[in-house]
Amino acid sequence: MTGPQGTPLLSIEGLSLWYGAVQALWHIDLRIDEGECVAVIGANGAGKSSLVNAIAGVGRPRSGRIRLAGLDIESLQPSRVSALGIAIVPERRRLFPSLSIEENILVGAQVGRPGPWTLKKIYDLFPELVPIRSLGGHLVSGGQQQMAAIARALMANPRLLLCDEISLGLAPIIVARFYSMFPALRASGISILVVEQETRRALGACDRFYCLLDGKVSLSGRPLEVTEDAVNQSYFGIG
Amino acid sequence: MVTGWIELLLQGVLLGGLYALFGVGLSLVFGVMRLVNIAHGDLIVLMAYVGLLLTDKLGLGPFTALLVLIPLSCAFGFALQAALFERILNAGPLAPLLVAFGLAVVIQNSLLVGFGADSQKLTAGGIEVASLSLGSGIDVGVLPLLTFAIAVITIGALQLLVYRSSFGRLLRAVSDDRQAADLLGVNTRTIYRIAMAISMGVTAIAAIMMAMRANFAPSSGPTQLIFAFEAVVIGGLGNLWGTLAGGIILGVAQIAGAQIDAAWQVLFGHLAFLGLLAVRPNGLLQRMAPE
Repeated sequence: MTGPQGTPLLSIEGLSLWYGAVQALWHIDLRIDEGECVAVIGANGAGKSSLVNAIAGVGRPRSGRIRLAGLDIESLQPSRVSALGIAIVPERRRLFPSLSIEENILVGAQVGRPGPWTLKKIYDLFPELVPIRSLGGHLVSGGQQQMAAIARALMANPRLLLCDEISLGLAPIIVARFYSMFPALRASGISILVVEQETRRALGACDRFYCLLDGKVSLSGRPLEVTEDAVNQSYFGIG
Repeated sequence: MVTGWIELLLQGVLLGGLYALFGVGLSLVFGVMRLVNIAHGDLIVLMAYVGLLLTDKLGLGPFTALLVLIPLSCAFGFALQAALFERILNAGPLAPLLVAFGLAVVIQNSLLVGFGADSQKLTAGGIEVASLSLGSGIDVGVLPLLTFAIAVITIGALQLLVYRSSFGRLLRAVSDDRQAADLLGVNTRTIYRIAMAISMGVTAIAAIMMAMRANFAPSSGPTQLIFAFEAVVIGGLGNLWGTLAGGIILGVAQIAGAQIDAAWQVLFGHLAFLGLLAVRPNGLLQRMAPE
């Protein structure tokens, strides 16, 4: 499924990124169509975080293009990128410790995009946040923090939800719950980019995937069309 | 005898209001952007001179001048952040300190060129010598009382802004984790500019209240900076009411010292500061956070 003129929602062409003399990303090409769920998998240090930062607009790409619905966004400030509809659930949640859970969630709304998400809808989605809404972000469990981080991103009414390592350090039952929300989110018009070290669940939930190895795309395709061996080989770079 | 002591205590407490006004602007900028603005004292003195121009040249009364000075000072703070401090935001911890130090030197010398080394005072039409009787023979000065009341109102308003408004929520978020706030699309540069503008608005209030109370000269800045620092640190970093408490302790200690010998006033303040720091290294009150 593509946008009105066949324009992908997000398209990345030839993205290369350097940290000083070290090149973190090499000519990355990536596409997400409207309504799609796409996974980016890769080991620690494969370049996943660099990719997320580049899309968000922190970490400037040195070459290549990033377009959101046809609009160049690679030179925009992060606040502009968010205003155009990309919301991030950051790696390790990054809740603000001196804000309560509810205040953390409300920070997402500062983007000011019109849309369906309200505090009430958030609490319908995550009822367990209601009793802890006035607690500090650092006082609740990892799973609750992750819920708040997802809620914070949803409050920005995104077109593209970027989930960076949402399963990191969490019990499988909670991770399963997050992934089980994806179909409903997609049905509401949100496209999803999942960035994961843990490949099995990400591949199970997404339409297509890209595997990163040493800053390059080592494999891409549809999860059902590739063998486990091929994934392992392009993930670890061995075999 | 007892009424004399009560009067002195009151004087100290009320003086604390002025030091709290010095401190909250410094505290806000440090709390939000981790910038130790060592030009803060000189900015207070700079605004006092602008206040002097407004009263002398335009013939405004001190409180009318304050109403003009607050927006001027806010705009100056916004521009200062955008033109100066923003450039060295990501340049490590030393660069902002050096830039603030440079700014302090520039302000002091510009004032020296523009106004000369003589000390000045803002005339307030008699309010600075007026006093109020509280009964039982206890008198307090009207100006210190007014300064204290303004300090309480200012801190109360800032407290509401920081902890009850949606802007304050972003302010605290940026203070906690600027990179995460960036990633979430918070315009952190604008937040910083507004924070500096608010800090300079409070600085304008502090400047006028100081200029009516005491003589000031181009070289007065560093002393005010130390008082501001002491009020903030005694009260506990990141706690606005704590800064008022810190200012009061500093004020009382100074007035007590002045009773022994006028030369001991400032020394006693510093001793109280060191003594409290030895007992409570993190200040009297904790940083405010959700329960």
